[in-house]
Amino acid sequence: MDPVISVRDLWKVFGSNASQVVASDELKSLSRSELMDRTGSVAAVRGVDFDVAPGEMFVVMGLSGSGKSTLVRCLTRLVEPTAGTIMFEGENILEADAKRLRDLRRNKFSMVFQHFGLLPHRTVADNVGYGLEIRGVPRAKRGERSQEVIDLVGLSGYEKSYPDQLSGGMQQRVGLARALAGDPDVLFFDEPFSALDPLIRRDMQSEVIRLHREVGKTMVFITHDLSEALKLGDRILIMRDGQVVQVGTGDELVGAPADDYVRDFVKDVPRSHVLTLKWIMRPPRPEDELDGPELSPETVVREAVRSVLSADKPVKVVRDGELLGVVADEEILGVVAGEA
Amino acid sequence: MVAVAAPRQLPRKALIIGAIVLAWLVLWLLLRNIGTLPLDASAMTPLHRWINSINDAVGASRNSNPLFLYFFNEIRLVINEFVTFVQALIAQPSFGRPVPVIGWLGVVGIAGFVSLVVAGWRVALLAVAGFVFLGLQGLWQESMDTLSLTLAAVVISLLIGIPLGIWAGLSDRANRVMTPVLDFMQTMPTFVYLAPLTLFFLIGPASATIATLIYAAPPAIRITAHAIRSVPRNTVEASESLGATRKQTLVKVLLPSARKTIVLGVNQTIMAALSMVTIAALIDAPGLGKTVVKALQTLDVGTAFNAGLAIVVLAIVLDRVTTAATERRTLPRWALFSGLGVTGVTVYFSYTYLWAAEFPSEVEIGSSIRKGATAVTEWAQDSLTVLTGGFKDFVTWALINPLQALLAESPWFLVALVIVALSFLIGGVRCAVVSAACVGLLVATGLWQDSMITLASTLVATIMVMILGVVVGVWMGRSRRADRVIRPILDAGQVMPAFVYLVPFLALFAASRFTAIIAAVVFAAPVAIKIIADGIRAVSPATVEASTALGSSSWQTIVKVQLPMARGALTLAANQGLIYVLSMVVVGGLVGAGALGYDVVAGFSQSNLYGKGLAAGVAIVVLGVMLDRLTQAAAKRWTN
Repeated sequence: MDPVISVRDLWKVFGSNASQVVASDELKSLSRSELMDRTGSVAAVRGVDFDVAPGEMFVVMGLSGSGKSTLVRCLTRLVEPTAGTIMFEGENILEADAKRLRDLRRNKFSMVFQHFGLLPHRTVADNVGYGLEIRGVPRAKRGERSQEVIDLVGLSGYEKSYPDQLSGGMQQRVGLARALAGDPDVLFFDEPFSALDPLIRRDMQSEVIRLHREVGKTMVFITHDLSEALKLGDRILIMRDGQVVQVGTGDELVGAPADDYVRDFVKDVPRSHVLTLKWIMRPPRPEDELDGPELSPETVVREAVRSVLSADKPVKVVRDGELLGVVADEEILGVVAGEA
Repeated sequence: MVAVAAPRQLPRKALIIGAIVLAWLVLWLLLRNIGTLPLDASAMTPLHRWINSINDAVGASRNSNPLFLYFFNEIRLVINEFVTFVQALIAQPSFGRPVPVIGWLGVVGIAGFVSLVVAGWRVALLAVAGFVFLGLQGLWQESMDTLSLTLAAVVISLLIGIPLGIWAGLSDRANRVMTPVLDFMQTMPTFVYLAPLTLFFLIGPASATIATLIYAAPPAIRITAHAIRSVPRNTVEASESLGATRKQTLVKVLLPSARKTIVLGVNQTIMAALSMVTIAALIDAPGLGKTVVKALQTLDVGTAFNAGLAIVVLAIVLDRVTTAATERRTLPRWALFSGLGVTGVTVYFSYTYLWAAEFPSEVEIGSSIRKGATAVTEWAQDSLTVLTGGFKDFVTWALINPLQALLAESPWFLVALVIVALSFLIGGVRCAVVSAACVGLLVATGLWQDSMITLASTLVATIMVMILGVVVGVWMGRSRRADRVIRPILDAGQVMPAFVYLVPFLALFAASRFTAIIAAVVFAAPVAIKIIADGIRAVSPATVEASTALGSSSWQTIVKVQLPMARGALTLAANQGLIYVLSMVVVGGLVGAGALGYDVVAGFSQSNLYGKGLAAGVAIVVLGVMLDRLTQAAAKRWTN
């Protein structure tokens, strides 16, 4: 399948001589702080490449200052990229003129913000319908569609409330509803739950997972929270100092970190929750009895613990009838004990 | 300990400043009364005569010079028409009728209804009561004249100010250009606009309205720009991300989000306009201000008090209504329609029947207020003389006289040298150059000695403002309860037009320099107190807590922690205090402040002193610019 979004060699440099920086291979190879000293410019995004598949939940993760918020703003050109290409459904967004860009924003993608960005002088219903209003959708149709998405995000009964009368979690539901109202192809989330307290955050994460399943939209989700990334992401891109460190599924990051930075990052992750059997299995040894139970290599370790420990023979890891390896008590205990 | 804690440079610099002041004192003793550049009250310099001749020439060519014919006169005519129209509606006999179109009952009805819609029924009651009170005072027509001029000026100010404010809010470049212009307009004492304006627009309502415009539009521009700029970035971004055009974002996001703050700007504009309209009485603007000015000139405290009270009532009503208008509110439909109906009936009655058009003179309390105020004044002057007179004499003897003697009796070149040297020490070469230029201009106006006398009064008043500011400000900053009680009083004080302050102090202290200084102190203190209180409050509670945990006494915490950490607020308070004091010391020319204030006032009333009055106005601006630059330079140095 063709990717929905395809980003190649994307650069964003802040500073008066940004275009000189991206034109020079020598300057481009400098680290952020060296570049700052040499030119006074800040390279927020440095040569980023990635693809997002249709219907995928793609998470970009990094600490503050890693350039992730700038990156997501480049994708919708809220921040103007300095160089590179962003192909969206086969069209280079960087070449869109102001009118085309507005059309794209109105119809193709929308965004959910960390601090909600709601309009304090409008009711929930009018906030949700704002995107439709600026497209020129007539009032009656707008109300109908707003009501649909308000019901979808679980805000029924609050249509006439004002944002300052709602809790943070509910305000973000309004933000979510506003983004969904225009029926976009892609939703961008910029750390949408960072400002919420932990319990509400967990609810909202489940809400997003549910919506992702129900509406099946492509989503690009920015976060600084690794557990959020692991919980939501089909694939995760780890960013550091404006560059991509690693792209992969959660178990790939934990099982095969690309460098010490990622390793350090995933150190505290409960490995048994993320790793699958394929990461811990070993080749069968001659003394192994190979008539034990079978499990798929994609089984998460946590879910395999009981069957492996209760079996008196090693568990076979099998895909399509082919024996990939075995897992015995010591492998399982190695993972579980390593967390303690 | 202290020497270690202080910045390294300070002791040496303090020594030099001390040496300069000492040298000044010694030279003052030696050169006293030499080269003081005095000028008698009725004497003029060639410059003053030259301005007079320009004034005459302009007067002669007013109807022939194309610049006047097609520009200034046109502006004057349009504004005059507009003001006359508003006056015809509510204040002056018009359209061949012996009474205005809408009489008192109709005005009260409209005021009540508008207040009801924008501010709720409580404020509406206040507005109705306030307007009826104006009539009872026997000042209906004067009040309506003041209101007409204020409304006319406010409408024009907002028509100009809000679009400019939006522009400055959207464009960084426009903001960069406008900010210094607005700064300059707002540092200029209100008085100063008046004289040059009469040159172009004659005296009367048009000049008064334009002067008011210059004074009242800056807050509208500034606050609108600020309101637009402070709409959260992420709200704008959210709108853009949904594909809104610039215009859609402006109309649907920026303006509605900024509405509350913009209404606050409207409030500021109205209060500034009211203040200026009363002062514009000096150039023959009709209304309450004129009553006050006349009464002040004849030292008729009773009449001045009655009219001053009317200004206060008008100010309170206008302030309450516009402040309450910032809240979101919707009126039930039935209340809206019945209110509209009642208002329509009152307007119809006031158009048709004489009793509803002219405020009935049988019910009147103005004369009792006048008599009461006069009686209190006489009693105060008789029985409080020991107290008030003692205080007045003490401050005059201990502060005003020595400072004035030092500034006004030194040779001009000596004072100039001291000012430039101090400027250099405080603000470096640039500051010294500005001060030198200002000193040169002061000499050129021919009013050097008067400027020095005014400077002395200004400095004395500012010192008193700062003492008050620190004492009350620290108290408010440390005690929530004190803040809750005092802040509303200060807010109310800031709303009052400058004029009003003169009246009670004229009653207590009679006409003198001291009276003007005290009025200036009371006028300027609220600003300084609030700035200092906010500065003290902004000191991080953790630091104060740490200091308390180390066993500091309250006094030690104030002196060693809170005041030093709030020094930015202290210098800002001094700067603002100076500007406010300067503008008021001049208004004090009406109650015996003498010097530049008197020159300006005399310039308005006697045409042969026009040039001198204008020069005095320039001298005031120059003083203001110099003091402003100096305090800002000091602030920069001190807070770094």
